[in-house]
Amino acid sequence: MNQPGFAAALLDPAQAVPADLLAWNGSDPTTRFAVYRNNVITSLMAALADTFPVLRQWVGPEFFDPMARCYVCEHPPASPVLTDYGDGFADWASIFEPAAGLPGLADLARLERARVRACHAADLQPLNTDDLAHRLVDPAALPGARLVLHPGATVIRSAFPVVSLWAAHQGDPAHIGPLPHQPEAALVHRNGDDVLVLPLAPATAQFLHALATGQTLGQAVAETEAAAPEPPLDLAASLALLIRHGALVAWHPPGDTP
Amino acid sequence: MPCIDPDPTAPTAPRATLAGIGLKSTHVAQLLARGAAVDFFEVHAENYMVAGGPMLRQLAWVRARWPLSVHGVGLSLGGEGPLDAQHLDRLATLLARCEPRWFSEHLAWSGHGGACFNDLLPLPYNKATLQRVCDHIDQVQQHLQRPMLLENPSTYVESRLTTMTEGEFLAAVVQRTGCGLLLDINNAYVNGVNHGRDPWDLIAALPAPAVGEIHLAGFAEDRDADGDRLLIDHHGAPVHDDVWALYRRALAHLGPVPTLIERDNHVPALALLEAEAAMARELLRSCAVDTDEVPA
Repeated sequence: MNQPGFAAALLDPAQAVPADLLAWNGSDPTTRFAVYRNNVITSLMAALADTFPVLRQWVGPEFFDPMARCYVCEHPPASPVLTDYGDGFADWASIFEPAAGLPGLADLARLERARVRACHAADLQPLNTDDLAHRLVDPAALPGARLVLHPGATVIRSAFPVVSLWAAHQGDPAHIGPLPHQPEAALVHRNGDDVLVLPLAPATAQFLHALATGQTLGQAVAETEAAAPEPPLDLAASLALLIRHGALVAWHPPGDTP
Repeated sequence: MPCIDPDPTAPTAPRATLAGIGLKSTHVAQLLARGAAVDFFEVHAENYMVAGGPMLRQLAWVRARWPLSVHGVGLSLGGEGPLDAQHLDRLATLLARCEPRWFSEHLAWSGHGGACFNDLLPLPYNKATLQRVCDHIDQVQQHLQRPMLLENPSTYVESRLTTMTEGEFLAAVVQRTGCGLLLDINNAYVNGVNHGRDPWDLIAALPAPAVGEIHLAGFAEDRDADGDRLLIDHHGAPVHDDVWALYRRALAHLGPVPTLIERDNHVPALALLEAEAAMARELLRSCAVDTDEVPA
């Protein structure tokens, strides 16, 4: 049982099973080896189905399951910790040819994967309104400040209404066909034990995305305003949203190395 | 709610008559509301290797009320390559976090070349694999600063490279590393059927004092290429009558050993698992009485 040969044959049914395998009754070990193939592939497909429940409902198991099987065989997990499995699924799905007619699929996968990451992210004490008030006393220091979102928070921005699609599948899902071109965004974040999907206006989404990529408050506001979103950015409301949901964990004044 | 953690140092050793079940996310709400009539819980280590969030809070809640067993499935002790140092660190972090009463892993490999297969894959049993498994267990016990229990696996194929029986192999690992054993009675039974041998041979070959925990589970039926029975250890059914019978015989031989009802698929209502645990507890208690009556 050389492990390289065994491992290769697990994920590729075209490969012969390792030559040293045998059964007590002299039967063809291929049938017995298939138990391992099946255990590996179906358990990893089940892990993906757990991570992407809405995606599976939306496209149907008859589409999702073969797709998941392809992903598992091409990209088995790199870690035995399966809550970490599937980070690459959305990018892979965006170039998975049979899914080309399902715009929004990759972004829905990003949203669902972000929910799993948020669920298991570190527990950090968020800033509260008093902390924020303390930071706002020096207006001159505001533009250079860097605001740190919770490490479990993700800004999802899509050209398709994937946030509505996700919301429509909570509870008793109605059948939803192909998605129109209609941009939507959300902040995915855990507050306490609850994983939230908070719909965001385009301006807020762009602003939070800029903060999440490490831009200063001033840069994030300037970048958002330059894109002239409609309605325009409501800075106070955007910061209030972060504070209300416990999504802001640090505020570094200018010159402070984050 | 019987959630008393018996004193493990008590001379009457009530710990040996403990009957536990696996902690399942579908049961957590019910557990919080009414507790459970079980003596300990077991969790899969890898499910709790997360930075924060509700999983760790649930684990802490359970740990505060019941003895805990942490059961690893991803260490790949039989792997040809070195152990995954990062995974070993994650395990050390988890064990330090919850200080379980037992930690166990499998006689198997589960990854190769950077890929993890999420399954327990078979090893040939010979001198070379014995050396490798012992080296890995030495490394684990040293890194974690605690003894571990090694579980006998269920297997579906054998290898021409095998030169020792499974029982001889496990006994040699215990003798060389000082680890304990987690005796999975269902796996012993499944392997008996799958490889045309008497499951008792495995149990009889093990050093009895090393057996620190027992697993009981259900299997599924399949057929091999010649139409002979092939049992799949799928943890998705109640414990089979034949496995209960083997368990009774094992208890008469070993004395009482903390026993877990394993169920990972088609997880039923908590009450059904409590009932299976109660059956195990009854057998443990009656064998504890029988053992007490035998003069030392």
